[in-house]
Amino acid sequence: MLQMTVARRKMLWAYIFLAIPIVFFAVIRIYPAFFAFAMSLFDYNPLAIDQPYVGFDNYQTLLAEMNKPRSVTRAAFVNTAGYIVLGMPLQLLIALAIALMLNEIRSFATLFRLAFFLPFVTSTIAISWVFRWLYQPQFGLFNVLLKAFELPQQPFLNNPKQALASILAVVVWQGLGFAVVIFLAGLKHIPRVYYEAARVDGATRWQTFRNITLPLLNPSIVYLVVLQSISFLRMFAPVLAMTDQGDGGPLNSTTTVVLRVYREAFQRLNMGYAAALTVVLFCIILLVTIFQLRVTTRRTN
Amino acid sequence: MNKVRLMLMLVGLLALSGAALADGHVVEIEYWQYNFGVRVDAMNALIEQFHEANPDVRVLHNSEFPYANFRDELAASAPAGVGPDVVTLFYGWIPAFVDAGYLVPLPAEDFPEEWIESHFSPMVANSKFEGSYWAVPTAVRSLALFWNKDIFEAAGLDPETPPATLDEFVDIAIATTTYDGDAEIMNITQQGYAPQLSGQAHHWFREVLLRQYGGVPYNEDNTEVLFNSPEGCEAFAWLASFETEHKTGSNDLFNGATESFLTGTAALHIDGSFRLGAIAKDYPDLNFGVAELPVGPNGERSTFGSYWTHGITRRAAADEARMEAATRFLQFITTAEAGALWVDMVGELPAQLESIGDPELQADPRLGAFTAGLEYAHATFFVDEAQQRQHLIDAFDLIRLGGMDACDALAEGAALEQALLDDFWAGRG
Amino acid sequence: MSSVERAQPALPLQQASPVRSSGDLALRILVYALLILLAITMVVPFLWMIATSFKTSEEILFPNFFPDSPTLENYTFVLTETALPRWYVNSFIVAIFSTISVAFFDSIAGFAFAKYQFPGKRVIFVAFLGSLMVPTEMLIIPWYIMSVNPPIGATWVDTYWGIAFPGVITAAGIFLMRQFMQGVPDELLDAGRIDGVSEFGLYWRIALPLSMAAVGALCIFNFLGNWNAFIWPLIVTSALDMFTLPVGLQFFSSEFTADWHLVMTGATLSLLPLLTIVIVFQRYIIEGIALTGVKG
Repeated sequence: MLQMTVARRKMLWAYIFLAIPIVFFAVIRIYPAFFAFAMSLFDYNPLAIDQPYVGFDNYQTLLAEMNKPRSVTRAAFVNTAGYIVLGMPLQLLIALAIALMLNEIRSFATLFRLAFFLPFVTSTIAISWVFRWLYQPQFGLFNVLLKAFELPQQPFLNNPKQALASILAVVVWQGLGFAVVIFLAGLKHIPRVYYEAARVDGATRWQTFRNITLPLLNPSIVYLVVLQSISFLRMFAPVLAMTDQGDGGPLNSTTTVVLRVYREAFQRLNMGYAAALTVVLFCIILLVTIFQLRVTTRRTN
Repeated sequence: MNKVRLMLMLVGLLALSGAALADGHVVEIEYWQYNFGVRVDAMNALIEQFHEANPDVRVLHNSEFPYANFRDELAASAPAGVGPDVVTLFYGWIPAFVDAGYLVPLPAEDFPEEWIESHFSPMVANSKFEGSYWAVPTAVRSLALFWNKDIFEAAGLDPETPPATLDEFVDIAIATTTYDGDAEIMNITQQGYAPQLSGQAHHWFREVLLRQYGGVPYNEDNTEVLFNSPEGCEAFAWLASFETEHKTGSNDLFNGATESFLTGTAALHIDGSFRLGAIAKDYPDLNFGVAELPVGPNGERSTFGSYWTHGITRRAAADEARMEAATRFLQFITTAEAGALWVDMVGELPAQLESIGDPELQADPRLGAFTAGLEYAHATFFVDEAQQRQHLIDAFDLIRLGGMDACDALAEGAALEQALLDDFWAGRG
Repeated sequence: MSSVERAQPALPLQQASPVRSSGDLALRILVYALLILLAITMVVPFLWMIATSFKTSEEILFPNFFPDSPTLENYTFVLTETALPRWYVNSFIVAIFSTISVAFFDSIAGFAFAKYQFPGKRVIFVAFLGSLMVPTEMLIIPWYIMSVNPPIGATWVDTYWGIAFPGVITAAGIFLMRQFMQGVPDELLDAGRIDGVSEFGLYWRIALPLSMAAVGALCIFNFLGNWNAFIWPLIVTSALDMFTLPVGLQFFSSEFTADWHLVMTGATLSLLPLLTIVIVFQRYIIEGIALTGVKG
C-alpha cells in the first residue's frame, strides 16, 4: 500500500517537473512546425485580411522557379549546395590537419588551441564586417598586400566568380575551432596501445594514420560531416552582412536558401512561399540526419 | 438680424462643444512613418499645429522604426488590429498595400479627384490605382545632376559650367578621371562618373535616359515592360560604357558612388533632393553645384520624380470617428503651407503646384534645379519596387561583370520584370 | 552559426596520446612553423579590426596596418552617438534571463527523465529530442505570427520576452542534463526521501549541486549562443532601442558602410565581453564542447 503511493507520488512529481517544458515544447517547438507546413499551403500575407488557401501552388511556383536558369530561388539552392560541397570537406581537412599537429606538440598547446578557437565563439556578424573590410577593393588589407607584392588586385566580394569563395573562406575560417576541438577529443580517445603495436610492427607514419587514426576517428568525422553540412545549409548571417544591401549578390552568386526565406517572408511579405521554402529545407535536414543515423547504427553493428 | 446670428452662433457652439463633451473624449489616432530625423521633426511641428486647430483629435506619432524595418512593423501590427490610422508609405509601395487591402480609398468628398489633379504635381497622379486615389503627399523629390566644383577646376574645366548634354557628360567624366597607372577601373584614383544602379541610376535609366533615347519603360496601363527596345539598349549601353569602355568609375570603388561623391573623389553624380540635407549635415565643406539633368540627343528633358505619400488604413476606416479624424489630419498635412514647412525643414520640394511656383524656390541655387524638374518629372509605376530595381541592377552587372551585351542583359531583366508584372496583374483578377 | 545542438555519440573515456617518434626534429619544426602560420591567420583579422578602430577617417585610406596617431574619437562617437550601449544592455538582459531559465528548466527536466519512471516517458523524451531536427528557420515565420498576435499579452514584437522565448528551454540541454544526472546515485536520493526531503528538495539540494559542472558548461554555451543569436532577434525587433548587439551591429554597419573606422569600433566593442569570457573560461568551454559536442 505504502509502496504504491510512493510510486504514484514520484510519478506525479515527474509530471510536475516536466509540466512547463512539455507545454513549452508543444507550443513553441512542435505546434509551429506543423503551422509552418500549413502556412505553405496558403497565400499568406500578414498585411491582408484574408489568407486564401492555395493548395500546393507555392510548391509548384518553387518547382517552376527551380527550372528557370536565372531565378533567384534556383541560385539560392545551387549556392547552398556549393557552400556545403566546397566548404564542409575543406573545413574538415584543415581542422583535421590542425588537430593532428596540435596533438603532436606539448609546448604552447593551450595558446594555439585558444587562437584557433577564438573566431568560433565570436559573433558572425562582427566577423563578417571585419572581413568585408579586409576584402575592400582599394583600402582593404588583402588588396593592400597584393599591391605591395605587385600582384593584381582582386575584386573578391564584388565579382560573381569570387564572391561565393570569399564568403566561404570566412565561414570555414570561423568554424575551424569547433571542428579542431571535436577532432582533438576524438584523437584523445584512441587507445595508446594501437599506436605502440603499430610501432612494433614498424609501420610508417602514413600507415599509422591510414590504418589506425582515420578509422578510429570515424565517429568524429561522421558527426562533423552532418553537423557542418546542416550548418552550411542554414547559412544566412555572413551573406547578409558581406553582400551589397545584404542581397546575396552580385548576380545572386552568394544568396542562400535561408536568405531567400528571410527576404520572401519579411520583405516581400510572401510568407506562404517562404514557409514552403522552409519545409523543403526541413526535408533536406531530415535526410542528412537519417543518413547520420544509418551510418552510426551500421558501424555499431 | 443680430439676434439671429447670435442664436445661430450659440447653437453652433453648443453643438460643437456638445459633440466633443457628450462623447466625453478626444479621438486618438496614430500616425506612423519611418525614422528619419528631419522628417520626424517636421511632422512633429505639423502635428503641434494640428492639435491647436483641432483640440478634439490627438495624434500619436510613431517613428521609432528604421527604414529597413518599417514594412515589417506594419505587417506585424496589421493582424493584431493595431497600427497606424494614417501612414506614410513610399509611393511605389501603394499597389502592394492596396493589393493587401491595407489602405482604403481617400474619401472622394474630402479629396476630390479634380482637386488632386489640378493642385498637385502631375506625378502624384500615380497614386491613382484602380480608379481611386489612395494617398496624397506633402512633398515630392526629383533627380538632378551634382558636380564637384573643385575637381572641375583642377581638371581645367569651368567650375560653373556643368555638362548640359549627354555627350558633354561623357567628355567631362573622362576628363575628370585620374588613374594610378593604366586606364583601368582598379587604378582609378578619382572618378569622373560611377553608375550606381542600386542608388539612383536605375531611375535615371528608366525614366530619363530611356525616354531621351526615344523609348518608354512600360505601356499605358503598366502591364507590359517595354524598356528592352532598341532605344532601351542604346540608353543602357550608354550608361554601362562609363564602366566598360570609358573606365571613369565603378560603384565597387570608394565604398560606393554616392560615398565617393560625398567624400570628394567623384566629379559627377546623379542624386535626389534629399541628398542636400545629408551633405549640409555631414559634408559641409563639399564644394558642389546642382543642375538640371543633361538633355538627351534630341534636346529632350526628363527626370525621375518620387515621393513619400500618406494614406488612410483600413483600421481607421473601421471606426467612423477615427476615419473622420484621420481624414481631417490628412487634409491638414497635405496643404500647400505644410509643403512649404517641409521644404524649410526637410529640403524636399512641396507637392502642391502653388508652392512650386514660388519664385524664391525656383531661384534657389540648389533647390532650383530640382524644382524645375518637377514640370517634366516621371514617376515609375512600381508593383514591387525592390524587385524591379534588383532586376535592373542584375542586368547592369551582367554587362560589367559578366561581359554580356547590353541588349541581351536588358532582355533578361525585362523578362524577369515582366514575370513580376504578370504575377501582380494576374492576382488582381 | 547559432544553435544546432546535438549530442555526440558517447566515446570511451581513456587518456591516450599518439606515439612520438623521437628525434624527428625537422618534423617538429615544420609542425610548429605551420601552426604559427595558421595561428597568425586566425589572429590577424582581430588585430586589423582593433587597429582600424583607432584610426581616423583619413587614415583608413592609407595602407599602414597600425595607426600613426591612435585616436579614441571613434569610441567616443560610437558610445555616445549610437544606441550601442543600449544594445549591450538588451543583449545582456536577454542572455542572462534565458541562461537562468535554461539552467533551471533543463536541469529539472533532465532530472525527471533520469530519475523517475512514469507512463509516456519515452514518447515525451523522443518528442523533445525530435524537435531538434526542425531547424529554427522553419519556426521563425510561425513564431513571428505568434509574436504579433500572442496567446498571452499584447504583442511580443520589440519585447525582451519576444526575443528570448524560443530559447528559454532547450532540448539539447535537457539531454545533456539527463545524461549527467543519471550518474547521481539512487541511494543518495532514497536516503533523502527517508529523511523526509521533498521530491523538489531532492533535485534542488542533491541532484543539482552534484551536476554543477554540467550546469556550468550549459550556462556558458547558452550565454554565448544567446549573445550571438541573430536571425530571430533580427526578425522580432523593429525598434532601434530593442535591438540586440548583433542586430544593432548589422544595422549600424549598413548605415556607416563607408566609415570603416566606426564599423570596426562597433565590432571591437561587441566582441570585447565575448573575448573576455572565452579567455577566462577557455579550458572549461573547450572541454565542455569536447564532452558534449554542443555547438554554441
